[in-house]
Amino acid sequence: MDEQTKSLIQNHIDNNEVCLFMKGTPEAPQCGFSMAVSNMLKILEVKFKGVNVLEDEKLRQGIKDFSDWPTIPQLYIKKEFVGGCDIVKEMYENGELKKILESKGINFKK
Amino acid sequence: MVRKLYELNMAMNLKEIEKHIKDAMPDASIEIQDLAGDGNHYSAIITSPSFSGKSKIEQHKMVYNSLKGKMGNELHALAIKTKEQ
Repeated sequence: MDEQTKSLIQNHIDNNEVCLFMKGTPEAPQCGFSMAVSNMLKILEVKFKGVNVLEDEKLRQGIKDFSDWPTIPQLYIKKEFVGGCDIVKEMYENGELKKILESKGINFKK
Repeated sequence: MVRKLYELNMAMNLKEIEKHIKDAMPDASIEIQDLAGDGNHYSAIITSPSFSGKSKIEQHKMVYNSLKGKMGNELHALAIKTKEQ
């Protein structure tokens, strides 16, 4: 990954408390897994930034290297990698996602 | 040329996925489903005592690592659920 891509990713993570790297946008997701995570955040009324990796091939590969995680979507909360679709879904279902949001001081619908 | 195209289109089969995981984690029990019957969308529940004490991210990485770079490439969609027991 080149330095430019790395700092682009780091900037997204630093400047957005809840940052979702996804295929498509929250308004128009291009993949079921990205849509699932985006929808969970919407249901919880979490304000988040969706970063569309399909707009930039370097970003699409770069985020996988950055997080050492092979799939997209990827969710970051307060600069911490929380997981991909499977993990976020599990956390949504068992209430852990709310706990993390709470502990990190992110507003959401309780 | 024909062979090449065939290889490019070849998805990973269920037994292959199971074998990769089993090779890396011999103590794991694995339930895999081909969700759409298209050899491209799978769901796996992996139960292994070796997940014990590890975070979900670490557990999923163990599974991804066992697939040796195929995840996100040949293997488009594998939903993973990990359990310690």
